[in-house]
Amino acid sequence: MNNLPILSLVTFLPLVGALFILGIRGEAEVVARNARWAALWTSLVTFALSLFLWFGFERGTAAFQFVERAEWLPQYNISYHMGVDGISVLFILLSTLLTPICVLASWEAIRTRVKEYMIAFLVLETMMVGMFAALDFVVFYMFFEGVLIPMFLIIGVWGGPRRVYAAFKFFLYTLAGSVLLLLALLAMYIDAGTTDIPTMLSHGFPAGMQIWLWLALFASFAVKVPMWPVHTWLPDAHVEAPTAGSVILAGVLLKMGAYGFLRFSLPMLPEASAFFTPFVFTLSIIAVIYTSLVALAQEDMKKLIAYSSVAHMGFVTLGIFTVTQQGLEGALYQMLSHGIVSAALFLVVGVVYDRLHTREISRYGGLVERMPNYALTFMIFMLASVGLPGTSGFVGEFLVLVGAFQTNTWVALLAASAMVLGAAYMLYLYRRVIFGALTKDDLRSLLDMNRREIAVFAPLIVLVLWMGVYPMPFLDVLSASVSNLITNYHGALAAADTPTVTTAAGLW
Amino acid sequence: MLSQDLLTVLPELVLGCLAMALLMLGVFQGERHTPRVMLLSVVALGIVLVILALAPRGSGTAFGGLFVTDRFSDFMKALVLIASAVAIVMSLRFFEQARSLRFEYPVLMLFATLGMLMMISADDLIALYLALELQSLSLYVIAAFRRDTLRSTEAGLKYFVLGALSSGMLLYGASMIYGFAGTTGFADLARVLAQSTQGGALPSTGIVVGLVFLLAGLAFKVSAVPFHMWTPDVYEGAPTPVTAFFASAPKVAAMALFVRVMTGPFADLTVQWTQIVVFVSIASMVLGAFAAIVQTNIKRLMAYSSIGHVGYALIGLAAGTQEGIRGLTFYMAIYVVMNLGTFACILCMRQKEVMVERIEDLKGLSKTNPMLALAMLIFMFSMAGIPPMAGFLAKFYVFMAAINAQLYALAVIGVLSSVVGAYYYLRIVKYMYFDEPADTFDRPIGRELAVILAGTSLIILFFFVVPGPLLSGASAAAAALFPG
Repeated sequence: MNNLPILSLVTFLPLVGALFILGIRGEAEVVARNARWAALWTSLVTFALSLFLWFGFERGTAAFQFVERAEWLPQYNISYHMGVDGISVLFILLSTLLTPICVLASWEAIRTRVKEYMIAFLVLETMMVGMFAALDFVVFYMFFEGVLIPMFLIIGVWGGPRRVYAAFKFFLYTLAGSVLLLLALLAMYIDAGTTDIPTMLSHGFPAGMQIWLWLALFASFAVKVPMWPVHTWLPDAHVEAPTAGSVILAGVLLKMGAYGFLRFSLPMLPEASAFFTPFVFTLSIIAVIYTSLVALAQEDMKKLIAYSSVAHMGFVTLGIFTVTQQGLEGALYQMLSHGIVSAALFLVVGVVYDRLHTREISRYGGLVERMPNYALTFMIFMLASVGLPGTSGFVGEFLVLVGAFQTNTWVALLAASAMVLGAAYMLYLYRRVIFGALTKDDLRSLLDMNRREIAVFAPLIVLVLWMGVYPMPFLDVLSASVSNLITNYHGALAAADTPTVTTAAGLW
Repeated sequence: MLSQDLLTVLPELVLGCLAMALLMLGVFQGERHTPRVMLLSVVALGIVLVILALAPRGSGTAFGGLFVTDRFSDFMKALVLIASAVAIVMSLRFFEQARSLRFEYPVLMLFATLGMLMMISADDLIALYLALELQSLSLYVIAAFRRDTLRSTEAGLKYFVLGALSSGMLLYGASMIYGFAGTTGFADLARVLAQSTQGGALPSTGIVVGLVFLLAGLAFKVSAVPFHMWTPDVYEGAPTPVTAFFASAPKVAAMALFVRVMTGPFADLTVQWTQIVVFVSIASMVLGAFAAIVQTNIKRLMAYSSIGHVGYALIGLAAGTQEGIRGLTFYMAIYVVMNLGTFACILCMRQKEVMVERIEDLKGLSKTNPMLALAMLIFMFSMAGIPPMAGFLAKFYVFMAAINAQLYALAVIGVLSSVVGAYYYLRIVKYMYFDEPADTFDRPIGRELAVILAGTSLIILFFFVVPGPLLSGASAAAAALFPG
């Protein structure tokens, strides 16, 4: 059991499933059914395997666990190196949890080219898990960029009317950021002589170089997060993507940028991170307030949730760059919570979209009369998104604000006031869709959620409430790695040439 | 002494003899035996490849320093031979269906290949020129091979006129260099130039002018901006398998020649030629990326794409280091594979017995022929440099060399133009996957094309699993150019 390469198995098992689906032949109808079941079972088995990570993960240590290492390019000091610590392990679980849910959510919604669709999702899962598990920068980068290919196809083939535009925008925006990351990767490789992440973490890059490296990394991760003002691809991609595509985008892909900050920017480039902290704070505050206001004005449900994602991710970047125990844990918690809540909200939209094929808010109203279960589900996730105590959203936002308060009162004040806006647009959305008079004729015949849909939402509701009421099991996983990161960060800052830091601070 | 010389040129010697034997066979057996000549020419290339691989030859020169063999030449020759063989295999069905199958075609391909092998091994300006002309003259004829079609003849003529011009420039540059240095041998040139630039002295202006002309001629042969104008027209006009051949083997040979000339005799003039190569590289990448966006003909698009790829490969040369040459060598190897694969896809674009070449004709290919679309998808993402495809690793190593040589501006422009380039590769994917099919392509596509497609796409997709062997080959090749 201990010798089992769990991480590689979890990473590449979906790929095996994808190859199996590729080989399915026969009548179109049969192929579609078999592809669905094969994808569901593959993703479920993968999820079950990934649970070993949850139970086997040793809490209270910051060391990398489940480490695997194989020679890949020995003459260049680049190896296939996998492992997880408290920061990454939960995201692997998030990815493996959301994939079967996505497969289930697309069960009836996707009718064309089911086989290719399922293959794309399984390949995507491999890429996501591999990215979080990679402990070598080149391996990380290959997974990080590789995500683009299946996602481009998912948006472009199974998306809405403007899918081509959205797919291109998504791809080119992200690629433009990523190629700069590639150059930074190469520069770091040449300076450190290796791309092994644990080695690079303790390398200590020269201060003059850090500023440029940080900017290059920022270009890539900020697009992925996405941070204002490079967030514009997100609403388009979300609106046009099929429901499950939006779920993965919001649930996992947005976390890749924040994960990058946590894994690379902060620990490897501490001086530059300290230098740019006010910059990140400013962008995060703008993101939180501005996109909340934009969300308030949306007429399209998915677009509204997309903008709310940008606002929530603003909290995450804020929390990360406070570099306090509460701020970082809050950011990580917020990422997990957002991964579940926003994914669930997109699924919630998907439920009515499958019935009426419109996402326009004004087309709905009074759904509570015909769909009480649906209204309840929607309410739980809506409140979790608002950050009501007792839901997962509260814990994350609260911790981030505590962290921000220690660093800068003004930042905390502005961020906290934005939470009110968050409540405003979500409640407004809920009122318009669920309450009011049931006046539209086509809404009268709507059916409430069926068993498959309940099966999709049940695990997510349980998780949201569990994470809201009793967050300790999750925070236990995080805390050792987070405090290790903070210790190293402050250690590096203290050891650094004081002139650089002070002149850097003087520039602002 | 002579036997030693002959042993050194054994692959070229064998290829030359086999080509002439096949010519005789073609002449005396008549048109009926053309498919056999075609097949035998592939066999001939295979034999030469085996000789190249098995013959125990280290590095050495022959004929008083006209000809050199080393690990670099072996690597590049192997690439050229494989590319030529695949190109001949791809063309059989095409010319059969066009009813213009003639035995001269494979024979000319063999002579062109012979010229390329000699280019790669040229160690003297005269040998360089002779090899280049042997290759070029064969290529001019092949470009115009479908003499009954207007576009093919036009392509051949254009290629000939512009190619002759570039040969003239190259010859002029070579004569300038000879005039000012007093020698044409690469080894002697290196010695003379090392002496004249000793202690930081500037080389004489005549040499630099000669070098610029030489560079212009070479840039023409690799179709780098600003000497790229012939490429789109020739690529579009020439028969498709010929275009596939043009875009692979001669590119490799010309690039090898470029590298050998720059790192050999002109190693001490690095400051002078690096700036030119940096400019040519940037211009090629940017033009290749932007000009391809508006193309509607897939062969023209591939022409601009190949201009862009030459720009990326030249980054390695611009770095001027052993690492850079390794990147370039590696890049060319990957480039040849994905290029041949893409052209195999293009050769499958045939509707009702007629070749179609518009990008729009690919519409809905993922529905009508999923496997072909998947292969094309792999090639397109690979050309755009998206991991895990092999094209990513190719770009990775040239950019690594650029960063290491502190060519940051070049690297940044390079990666940004690759984003622009990604747009038009994605556009092809868009037509294949996002659009509804209009018309289907003829099936079956033919066994040899299917094998080539499957082979190249699997290599590109799974190359990252074992990149070691090719990389070490490229490393050894680059090391041969930087002794000590």
